[in-house]
Amino acid sequence: MELSGSEIIIQFLKDEGVKHIFGYPGGAVLHIYDALQKQTDVEHILVRHEQGASHAADGYARATGKPGVCLVTSGPGATNAITGIATAYMDSIPLVVITGQVPSHVIGQDAFQEVDAVGISRPCVKHNFLVKDLKKLAETLKKAFYVATTGRPGPVVVDIPKDITAPHIKIPYEYPARVEMRSYNPNFNGHPRQIKRAVELMLGAKRPMVYTGGGVIMDNASQELREFVRKLGFPITQTLMGLGAFPGTDPQFIGMLGMHGTYEANMAMHECDVLICIGARFDDRITGVTSKFCPYAQIIHVDIDPASISKTINADIPIVGGARQVLSEMIKQIDKTDASVDQAALDNWWKTIKAWQKQDSFAYEKKAGLIQPQEAVEELYRVTKGEAYITSDVGQHQMYAAQFYPFDEPRRWINSGGLGTMGFGLPAAMGVKLAFPDKDVACVTGEGSIQMCLQELSTCLQYDLHVKIINLNNRYLGMVRQWQEFFYEKRYSHVYMDSLPDFVKLAEAYGHVGIQVDNPDDLHDAMQEAFKLKDRTVFLDIITDQEANVYPMISAGKAHNEMDISPLQQARQAALREKGELV
Amino acid sequence: MRHIISLLVENEAGALSRISGLFSARGYNIESLTVATTEDQTLSRMTIITTGSDRIIEQITKQLNKLIDVVKLQDFTEGNFIEREMMFVKVKAEGDSQRGEVKRLSDIFRARIIDVTDTTFCIELTGSGDKLDAYIRAMHENNIIEVVRSGSMGILRGEKALTL
Repeated sequence: MELSGSEIIIQFLKDEGVKHIFGYPGGAVLHIYDALQKQTDVEHILVRHEQGASHAADGYARATGKPGVCLVTSGPGATNAITGIATAYMDSIPLVVITGQVPSHVIGQDAFQEVDAVGISRPCVKHNFLVKDLKKLAETLKKAFYVATTGRPGPVVVDIPKDITAPHIKIPYEYPARVEMRSYNPNFNGHPRQIKRAVELMLGAKRPMVYTGGGVIMDNASQELREFVRKLGFPITQTLMGLGAFPGTDPQFIGMLGMHGTYEANMAMHECDVLICIGARFDDRITGVTSKFCPYAQIIHVDIDPASISKTINADIPIVGGARQVLSEMIKQIDKTDASVDQAALDNWWKTIKAWQKQDSFAYEKKAGLIQPQEAVEELYRVTKGEAYITSDVGQHQMYAAQFYPFDEPRRWINSGGLGTMGFGLPAAMGVKLAFPDKDVACVTGEGSIQMCLQELSTCLQYDLHVKIINLNNRYLGMVRQWQEFFYEKRYSHVYMDSLPDFVKLAEAYGHVGIQVDNPDDLHDAMQEAFKLKDRTVFLDIITDQEANVYPMISAGKAHNEMDISPLQQARQAALREKGELV
Repeated sequence: MRHIISLLVENEAGALSRISGLFSARGYNIESLTVATTEDQTLSRMTIITTGSDRIIEQITKQLNKLIDVVKLQDFTEGNFIEREMMFVKVKAEGDSQRGEVKRLSDIFRARIIDVTDTTFCIELTGSGDKLDAYIRAMHENNIIEVVRSGSMGILRGEKALTL
């Protein structure tokens, strides 16, 4: 089969099983777009800004586990996509981003819409390629998918000069089913002796703790994790990226940990004697100050990326391997060994944890006539029966969503954890809705974040992507305001969102349904109506308490046992102490 | 502590910038970096001299290994290895006494004079970094016109080798 470069790209995507790509045309990719419109196997979603393309592909990848694919033009097309690429890089999401480039003979001459896409993207991709030879195009694309999806996944950029895609130059094409790269061998199996040592250590624990992250979800290891944790009866906490791998409503799950995690999860981290970390990387939002991190614990760390092990926190038993394989081996080893869990010690440990749980650290005060952001998320949970795909932007609403919407399944909670990219939520929700058109998809956002990729409302209309936008509107950049309240004596600097648009009219202008609600009594009906309108995109603008704060909170330089708790919880803690129910 | 790390990398455009970019992005030190192709035209051999605590050096080697273009890597520091650096020095050499002194000093260091004019010598010297430093110190500062150093290269002693 003789094909042009453009036809090779499209045929390759087809052969690779790619159904959807997100993109935006421009001069350098005109040939590719011409080839694209001559076929129907690969559906192209025209976003309204290239940042939306990379976020949408990212959301698609997180929800499905398949690589997300973008196609953008050279210069500004490539630079606009960078924020989404960096977002995917920080959260290890498989993306393949095809960027057009100016023709080979003018590269380096500051041609129109020329940018060094390989150079600009280098620090935020797993790898990138510049295609210099048409004969290597198919093989390079295969390498891009291979690198993006294996080992610790990540985004890969393929920069393709316009002359490579010229329609009149055709060469024989065959789908490269396999590639080998001598410098890249991503298949690590956990070392059997290390796994054996780890199982010995955890069975000897008096106060064990399981801490898992996005790696478990990436590696589709939720079933193995559930079996492992239930077999041992240990408490488990998860990072923001790991939520859903173990059911959020299971009694063994003691909540998210870290800066805005539960009191009990953070206290248990501090007091545990054996910490089993699987597919997480001891991020600074998780550890608090590292010098006081888990002072009594021996640490087992399982990760596919050797560079993640002992990067910030030293591992006593490092295991380099995929979460699924290592968990399966650990389960086998537990079954095989004569040793068993120290049940008496474990019962005691659970008693301590249950006492911490009495604190109910997420508790908040409801106020008549004023919607608390927490109750809006709780209502969302009720109306969607906890089964929706939830994307979020970045800020207070993101933390409320993580705290008040327990996920029982993996890949349902989609947010920018590492880079913290405002503007992520709406395009990511489009990607999810495209993958699962029959499921409820909601974007929990704020009036600050939503305005960063607002233009994608137009894409939602064009492609019938009926997502529900849950806008927690407090007229403040809430998380920044919270920090200014706590650490800058309430000197609110540039955090008030003045001159806000009328979001209801705005939604209508884009052809959608807009609903505003400002009273707790109307919240249920409004939420229900939003989800009843199955074939409409709904913008639910929820006017919330302006100065609500996210609690508990570990401030900079503090340890897990030095959380700040809300005034309500302080009173509750004092009462429990008096009754002798708190240790 | 000072470490000497030797790498085999794909001989491709961009490989060098990935490696130097890693050092600048993560705030690691580079004392010197040398690179050239090997007998296999698809591979480049690189020697990096860096300093850092054990933890930082461990991170550097892991992060380097993670780069797709890095084929193989070894930290020579713990093992038995040879390290050499090459230097060109151009010095003033005017009048018999000065020319004689530079010649004598170069002989002591087993340096070679590789270019001569009426007023200058160009000297080539190979050795450890310390030896090169010592030569520069021994030469009167006022005499030195220019110094060009290659940065260190390393190779393992004995039968061991860093090859594919």
